[in-house]
Amino acid sequence: MKPAAFTYHRAHDLTDAVGLLTDLAAAGEDPKLIAGGQSLMPMMTFRLARPSALVDLGPLRRVPAMTAIADDPEVLALGALVTHHAVETAALSPGFAVLSDAMRWVGHLPIRSRGTVAGSLVHGDATAEWCLLALLLDAVVVAEGPAGRREIPADELFHGFYATAVDPDEVVVEVRFTRPAPHAALSEFARRHGDFAIVDAAVALELDGDAVTGGRVVLGGVAPAPVRVAEAEAVLAGAGDPGDALFAAVADAAATAIDPPDDPPVTAAYRRRLTRTLVADACRRAVPQTVGGAR
Amino acid sequence: MNDPHLLTLHVNGEEHEVVVEPRRTLADVLRHDLRLTGTHVGCEHGVCGACTVLLDDAPTRACLVFAVQAEGADVRTVESLGGEHGALSDLQQAFSDHHGLQCGFCTPGFLMLAEGVLAEQPDASREDIREALSANLCRCTGYQTIVDAVCATAQARREATA
Repeated sequence: MKPAAFTYHRAHDLTDAVGLLTDLAAAGEDPKLIAGGQSLMPMMTFRLARPSALVDLGPLRRVPAMTAIADDPEVLALGALVTHHAVETAALSPGFAVLSDAMRWVGHLPIRSRGTVAGSLVHGDATAEWCLLALLLDAVVVAEGPAGRREIPADELFHGFYATAVDPDEVVVEVRFTRPAPHAALSEFARRHGDFAIVDAAVALELDGDAVTGGRVVLGGVAPAPVRVAEAEAVLAGAGDPGDALFAAVADAAATAIDPPDDPPVTAAYRRRLTRTLVADACRRAVPQTVGGAR
Repeated sequence: MNDPHLLTLHVNGEEHEVVVEPRRTLADVLRHDLRLTGTHVGCEHGVCGACTVLLDDAPTRACLVFAVQAEGADVRTVESLGGEHGALSDLQQAFSDHHGLQCGFCTPGFLMLAEGVLAEQPDASREDIREALSANLCRCTGYQTIVDAVCATAQARREATA
């Protein structure tokens, strides 16, 4: 259980990081960025990942923008080295409070203290809470490469099976969440608290007074990448009173629409049942307590 | 491809110079190079928490950090807790008083996790403490006595500063 050998390179600023990735690749190496390393290191100890060189972004924690949380009521910008725990303990505006609330599902405190938001997104695990939240809140990943900066919207980010649109020679500098969702929640199921979710669901409700007028439903663990479920969102769009009847209909629509993987330990039928339970649960949690009778 | 690096690590208030391969984890450098064997190694992939240390005051899995990444950080291990001649810290004494350990293998990790949690959240409730301690695995105690020990320490520390 020891990682294979690699060479180690410290990036002292962004230009340095991009330059190291480019130069190492040109020299025939297979470089990989490491920030918090909370996903990469387990993969390296299992030797599922064997990069020949690591470029450490750790020294960039001294750059204030890389750890900044810029909370505007309409747009939340997170520097690429912001940790899960920093989001968990930040007092975010109501449109983004769902992010802080969802952090308790991300591993355990020691993982959250070191792991980064951007790292989780680039890792692209289909059950990762941040990947669902990126689709829920229209995240934009800002990446810098040899050709300059570009912005990747969340709906173009995930290619499935741990692959993302961020290129191997690019460094994420910022993640912006551009769609506030004051009535949103994430729910998930894992066999042990803190494990990777088998299925997770994130829901954002749009409310007009006490009536639901629309919303988003995002699922993880039911496809190679996290997905929005249009069929479930259609039920919310034609909605009405936020209550168990509506939420059961949304959950049914989600469970019917998906085609989840069928593994011997976790069957497709089981993932569907979890989807039904978790979507309804996330809907219930997304309703503000001021809406009468809904809880 | 050994790529040895000369590092200066700050551990328990002392500076140590070591030459290590980059693939060596902080847990292994603490144990094998610095001979600080209080930090235990269980699963080596971030699940069990036996190797938990404080890295700049944050509880961290030492098996999920390469030692080269810890240069410049303040590392605290279980060896920093006790006083002279084997004296126990308040938290260690509470583990003993509440039977918060049996075989003791997981104990250093639980102690450092609890130290980090109580420093950040001195007013942590029992529920907060249960949630935080769920990060680590113990195969002997059934956890309740560990929660008791940490809650008692939190309570005593609050009373001492009141």
